[in-house]
Amino acid sequence: MASSSVTLEGQGKSVWGGGMAPLNASYGKLMMWFFLLSDAFTFSALLIAYGLIRYSHPAYDGAIADFTFSQEYWPIPEMVFEAAPFLHGIHLPLVFVGIMTFILILSSVTMVLAVEAGHRMDKVAVEKWMLWTIIGGLTFLGCQAWEWGHFIAGTEEGGKMLDGSIFYGANLSQNQYGPKNFAALFFFITGFHGFHVFSGVMLNFIIFYQTVVGILEKRGHYEMVEKVGLYWHFVDLVWVFVFTFFYLV
Amino acid sequence: MEQETASEVVVQPVDKAKINKIWKVALILAVVTALEFLVAFTLPHEYASLRVIIFVGMTIVKAFYIVAEFMHLAHETKTLIWSILIPCVFVIWLIAALLIQGGSIFSALYN
Repeated sequence: MASSSVTLEGQGKSVWGGGMAPLNASYGKLMMWFFLLSDAFTFSALLIAYGLIRYSHPAYDGAIADFTFSQEYWPIPEMVFEAAPFLHGIHLPLVFVGIMTFILILSSVTMVLAVEAGHRMDKVAVEKWMLWTIIGGLTFLGCQAWEWGHFIAGTEEGGKMLDGSIFYGANLSQNQYGPKNFAALFFFITGFHGFHVFSGVMLNFIIFYQTVVGILEKRGHYEMVEKVGLYWHFVDLVWVFVFTFFYLV
Repeated sequence: MEQETASEVVVQPVDKAKINKIWKVALILAVVTALEFLVAFTLPHEYASLRVIIFVGMTIVKAFYIVAEFMHLAHETKTLIWSILIPCVFVIWLIAALLIQGGSIFSALYN
């Protein structure tokens, strides 16, 4: 790992000639930033494609109270995502997804605290906060699994298809909630984000392990915690946008 | 060996101001999210574009705090800040291009 301590013999050279770390950031951190920038483009493309497809379908223009699922118009998200575990049959719009949002924001906070502990070389505190971050990530993934399960299984009433038949739940080719693309986009966007959360948990676990066995302490700095931290905050950042554009708007 | 490393590593004391700053940012994120919920359930759906503007504005506030404070970008060098922010203009272009396109597809299909 490149760190600022490697640049001793480069004294006196220009900034870009090896005299010091360009942009005052280590190679690894810089490359993580540029990777995240490219990843931001991927998620932007997915979310903007959602916008394109949504605005090429008719919107529901009746009263909210009379809303029913139909293949004719785009569904109102809060009428689709209104279930929560253990509270069967109760209309709780966006409550569960709100809880998921708070879980992810909290796990981002514990990640910052892990990075801060790393700056102080406090191994025990890094272990503690990394573990909380991993638990937060796993909880979020569990919630998402429930959300997907409920979305796929569907409601008791189901929804009317264009040919008049009743269909329950959703798959990639048809769904009870609205136009085909609604479910397809749900699976692609939240699925791609969930995959990022999953790989984030894996990375966090590797760094947690390296902290526990003392690899990072021997290295003399906890910069790896900062790098996986950048990735983890990015996952939280993407969720903020998914939450707004998929669930709220 | 173990004793050796234990004696080498000096654990710095906790900087209270730093920790408070972290929790302050967390509180801001939580409050903005709570406000989003409030708007989602109190502002009627008839005001569709006002709702969208409020939601997008609050999302940008949250994104700012996550990127600037949690990801520490606000405290990096100016060049790094701009080299991350400037490429994002392509996203703005894509939003404009595809939303116009979506409207055109809609009118071709339904008008």
